[in-house]
Amino acid sequence: MNSAVRVSAVLYGLLALLALCLPWLGVYPVFLMKLLCFAMFACAFNLLLGFGRMLSFGHAAFFGFAAYVTSWLVTAHGAGPALAIACGVASAAVLGAVFGGLAIRRQGIYFAMITLALGQLVYFVCLEAPFTGGENGLQGVPRGTLFGLLPLRSDMVMYYVVLAAFVAVFLFIRRVVHSPFGHVLRAIRENEPRAISLGYDINRYKLLAFVLSASLTGLAGSLNALVLGFATLSDVQGSTSGEVILMTLLGGTGTFFGPVVGAAIVITLQEYLSDVVGGWVTAIIGVIFVACVLSFRRGIVGELEALRMRRTHPGAAGPAAPA
Amino acid sequence: MSTVLGIPVPVILGQLTLGLVNGSFYALLSLGLAVIFGMMGVVNFAHGAFYTLGAFAALLGLQYLGINYWVALLLAPLAVGLLGVVVERLLLRHLYGFDPLYGLLLTFGLALIVEGSLHQVFGASGQSYPVPESLTGALNLHFMFLPLYRAWVILASVVVCFSTWFLIERTRLGATLRAATENAALLQAFGVNVPLLVAATYGGGVALAALAGVLASPVVLVNSHMGNELVIVVFAVVVIGGMGSILGAIVSGLMLGLIEGFTKVIYPEASNIVVFVIMALVLILRPAGLFGRE
Repeated sequence: MNSAVRVSAVLYGLLALLALCLPWLGVYPVFLMKLLCFAMFACAFNLLLGFGRMLSFGHAAFFGFAAYVTSWLVTAHGAGPALAIACGVASAAVLGAVFGGLAIRRQGIYFAMITLALGQLVYFVCLEAPFTGGENGLQGVPRGTLFGLLPLRSDMVMYYVVLAAFVAVFLFIRRVVHSPFGHVLRAIRENEPRAISLGYDINRYKLLAFVLSASLTGLAGSLNALVLGFATLSDVQGSTSGEVILMTLLGGTGTFFGPVVGAAIVITLQEYLSDVVGGWVTAIIGVIFVACVLSFRRGIVGELEALRMRRTHPGAAGPAAPA
Repeated sequence: MSTVLGIPVPVILGQLTLGLVNGSFYALLSLGLAVIFGMMGVVNFAHGAFYTLGAFAALLGLQYLGINYWVALLLAPLAVGLLGVVVERLLLRHLYGFDPLYGLLLTFGLALIVEGSLHQVFGASGQSYPVPESLTGALNLHFMFLPLYRAWVILASVVVCFSTWFLIERTRLGATLRAATENAALLQAFGVNVPLLVAATYGGGVALAALAGVLASPVVLVNSHMGNELVIVVFAVVVIGGMGSILGAIVSGLMLGLIEGFTKVIYPEASNIVVFVIMALVLILRPAGLFGRE
């Protein structure tokens, strides 16, 4: 085991320990759960942007739509949380297949614009569809009992369920990126014509990455709806898509832990900053965006990794900033 | 009164002119986007914010300085255009040579700053801008009444759009601009000040957006998110038309406005989404866009 791997293993161990203890240290569990849901969302988004360099501006559609499906099944049909979450994820996957199928027909900035437009389409559908409760959204969603065993009504039980789901998603994404599939995906990111010439059906890889990302986003959305007990239009709004981009960018695109750091910062800012600065939050988020793009494109975790690389391998340039 | 599909003809024609008015804004905005993208490879997400700034400039100019509509039509685009030049020199310039996605993200941040600040200062509710006196009233065309202001918006946009097209495709300055898109380094070697040209192009593009904002201010409520909603539709218009072609941007803008107006008549529930559905269809049938050269 080399030293870098050992350091990150120790770090992850400490973080896991911290995550297990946090609700006992007086941190409000609902806040932590929201943070974990958005961290999961950002990790799923990063799978697409960081490892496939596909910038989706419509990811709130998967998050919000899955939240609506889950909440609707629970409130209108009395479904249990497991079934409701599964259906939420499935609906996000289907939506992801449609979005992905359309968007991968174009590249780069067009990809971004297409996903933005489709996201807006889903927003309007959610605004007008009969089952979403229009402007009010779906309120008072009960959490129920998971697998007939775990009473999710208790914040502590719910917290550990969300934490387990987050860890599973985090490890799953690591596994996917390190799999042969992940390697091909990164090859496409680096040089698409070369990947084609090597005989890879790149559209299949891109579509699969998109559907995976959408499904995991859907899981985050479903869990978030159960945690908060409601699904509203803000889940499916374009601004949510913007937030998840910021989380990923701020933390470090293409790093595993970056999106988690980014989500923690943005959610904390929103939670506590809004008391201090009131309505200026949107403008401040804009400023952070601009600063990020101009001065640290690698993101916080990306810059730290580059710094460590420079220290352990003096003379080497370190990983290139994404160009 | 004659009817088509059980709908009175004047109602249909009224919606179609409204559609054309919206189409004029789409055309002006997608034209600016196409010019900026062609020159700098930047998708200007802040385009909607500059449109909003144009409308606010006109409104505040009237309220605080008593600047009338016709002067605002000139001054607001000029002021916003200058702001655009500053933005390009201070911020965007540092991103050339990087992935175009960074330009998109930076301008997205700018849009958030503008929208968030305007929202905080002026509140969420919109304010209306009075229609200039000489353009109130309506023309009686016998088969319908055409409000003068709407006719003016359509006319002004079409004239501005085609002048821009003429400027870029048929003049010496336009030839220089197009040369800069093809090979900026070589053009600079010929002694042309390319950085200035790029800054001016960005300024010009956002000035077009601001002009659309001033034109729109008497027909919509002026509020902080007016541009954000519009720019998403304009992006879809750009995907449909293909960004390679200036004429394509103008034509698809007007056409989609008309289609949207028509949808309002026959199936109002779908009028918000019809442009996005058309975008999806175009992507399936002709992925490069209607006028695209990919």
